[in-house]
Amino acid sequence: MEFLLVQTLNGISYGLLLFMLSSGLTLVFSLMGVLNFAHASFYMLGAYFAYQVSTTIGFWPALAIAPVLVGAIGMLVERWGLRTVHRYGHVAELLFTFGLAYLIEEAVHLVWGRSSVEYRVPPDLDGPLFTIFTSQYPIYRGFMMLVSVAMLVSIWLVLTRTRIGLVIQAALTHPQTVEALGHNVPRVFMLVFGGGAALAGLAGVIGGNAFVTEPGMAAAVGPIIFVIVVVGGMGSLAGAFIASLLIGCMQTFAVSLDWSLAGITIAQAAPVLPYLLMVLLLIFRPKGLMGTREG
Amino acid sequence: MTYQPLNLGRWILWGTTALVFIAAPQVFSSSFALTMMTQMGTMIIFALSYNMLLGQGGMLSFGHAVYSGLGAYITVHALNLVGKGALSIALPLLPLIGGLAGLAFGVLFGYVTTRRAGTTFALISLGVGEMVFACVLMFPGFFGGEAGVSTNRVVGQPFLGISFGPAIQVYYLVAAWCLACMAAMFALTQTPLGRMANAVRDNPERAEFVGYNTQHVRFLQLVLSSFFAGVSGALSCVNFEIVSSENVSAIRSGGVLLATFIGGVPFFFGPIVGAVVYIFFVVALSGFTKAWLLYLGLFFLMMVLYAPGGIASLILMQLPVIRARRFGELAWPYCLAAVAALVAMCGLIGIVEMVYRLSDVSGGTQMNLAGLGFDARSAPPWIAFGALLGAGLAALRYTTRLVDACWDAIQTDLLAKQP
Repeated sequence: MEFLLVQTLNGISYGLLLFMLSSGLTLVFSLMGVLNFAHASFYMLGAYFAYQVSTTIGFWPALAIAPVLVGAIGMLVERWGLRTVHRYGHVAELLFTFGLAYLIEEAVHLVWGRSSVEYRVPPDLDGPLFTIFTSQYPIYRGFMMLVSVAMLVSIWLVLTRTRIGLVIQAALTHPQTVEALGHNVPRVFMLVFGGGAALAGLAGVIGGNAFVTEPGMAAAVGPIIFVIVVVGGMGSLAGAFIASLLIGCMQTFAVSLDWSLAGITIAQAAPVLPYLLMVLLLIFRPKGLMGTREG
Repeated sequence: MTYQPLNLGRWILWGTTALVFIAAPQVFSSSFALTMMTQMGTMIIFALSYNMLLGQGGMLSFGHAVYSGLGAYITVHALNLVGKGALSIALPLLPLIGGLAGLAFGVLFGYVTTRRAGTTFALISLGVGEMVFACVLMFPGFFGGEAGVSTNRVVGQPFLGISFGPAIQVYYLVAAWCLACMAAMFALTQTPLGRMANAVRDNPERAEFVGYNTQHVRFLQLVLSSFFAGVSGALSCVNFEIVSSENVSAIRSGGVLLATFIGGVPFFFGPIVGAVVYIFFVVALSGFTKAWLLYLGLFFLMMVLYAPGGIASLILMQLPVIRARRFGELAWPYCLAAVAALVAMCGLIGIVEMVYRLSDVSGGTQMNLAGLGFDARSAPPWIAFGALLGAGLAALRYTTRLVDACWDAIQTDLLAKQP
């Protein structure tokens, strides 16, 4: 019972972090048709920027500064890169972000070296939050959940309750009409791309010290968020939410179980599970969980 | 039967290619050049097989190393069995085993991946690639874990004095297979399947109206492509005598995508150029600088932004101009642009190398670049390289406009002359 409760809480906090990543990816994909391969790289940049800022002025300023920086980089990338390749089609855009992911990883090697950096949980948030039966639940996990939920609620409010949110929603389905009504759709694209990058950056700030900040972190989390987007259904935010929680819980439970099957424990098989889920889903429900399009 | 005249140009082209393959080790005879050329041969097969998907079938795959890597694993076990005497097969025929293994895995995974096209195909191929990579680490008994499986390619008695021990014999083995695979893959583009793959790439809806199942066409194309990928994996196994998890990793899959795109996706010979350039970057440049991956990534991004047809398209674009005897007008602007690009590159390389030196100070900050010694911590080199970069970029902006103007003038003239 205790095990179940603690693992569920851990799974949900990891799942929420994954959703912060996959929501930006999904929004950008459904708005611009661009699958941003460099999305996980923005997550990594967020973690490294936060590390750099927190060593000089502290964690709390980093929580605000790092996502803004990453968002600004995202906007620059959209304005000076993606918009140029847009005329060559979606494959060229995908390849551009793929090359960008290479470049960002190498730039991180260049500036911060090849081994992990010491990006620690701030002392204010270090320690137990509450005790379930005998095990203590860390404050930082609770803080992660709080930030993610606050972020989700504010995205939802922006998308449904503000003017710019309505323009974004309209541009999702009818970009020409929105443009005809006098809105600058390319600028909306730039804002959304930057916003998605900033979300990934924020996830990096709070995920970087909960896990490890190293140059391989983008390559480790990137495929997982793509799996989430496919499993949830391409372009569906609700689907991405369900799939994030599902995969978050699945991963956390799998690594801590030691039931074995044919000589392999579930913990050993954990890295394969998300991909296996994706393959099975594609065979039996090609649209994904909440997807609407089949193609 | 229709009368088909002998296509002389094509025979000359293939004949020259074969001659180049035969003569290359005589011209570049150092052992470094030989290992590089052997790797180029395997990479050419791999990149061409990848282009069967991306260029001819319109399938952007992020997991192509799965087929070459698994083919290599099967080959390494077959070679070890031959070494123990449990299996009897001549070494030159081993790539066939690798190819068949690749084909079998192509049938298995292709059934899942080719159900969808476009972006979703790209994502699923990535997922399958990651799945196989995780599985390879999960079963250390067969795949040898992190260290991989090693082997010895010198097995059995030498035949006609050929033992495949010396590197030159391996080079000729790779060259022979490379030529055969190139010819086979070119022949495949001329078959009805090759043509249908193009149709499915360009307009799947119409292809379905003509009566073809697009999923089936994609599946067949992927299966054939994974055969050739398996052959290249087997050859690299024979060459390196070791197969590890790196062979199926996302790094390999990304590498073949980079090589193919840099060479030129729309043309059959594009990936050949790309493979040569890519191996040059990987093998030769990595010996000089730790930042080679950064340069490769930048080069790739430049190609995506400004030359989406790759190097091959840049070469082919010049042909009509040369044929019209107008290349002389372009020569001067090209030279100027090249000089500007060179200046910008010098500045960039200097700055990148200095940043690298500062990020790893264990070797000291004193550095030596092209005969110039300086301290990476002092200001003058930063100012000098920054100025070079800025001046180069500004000049590049001006000279590319010059090239554009000249190019446009020639193109309008050529168009006007057309009947």
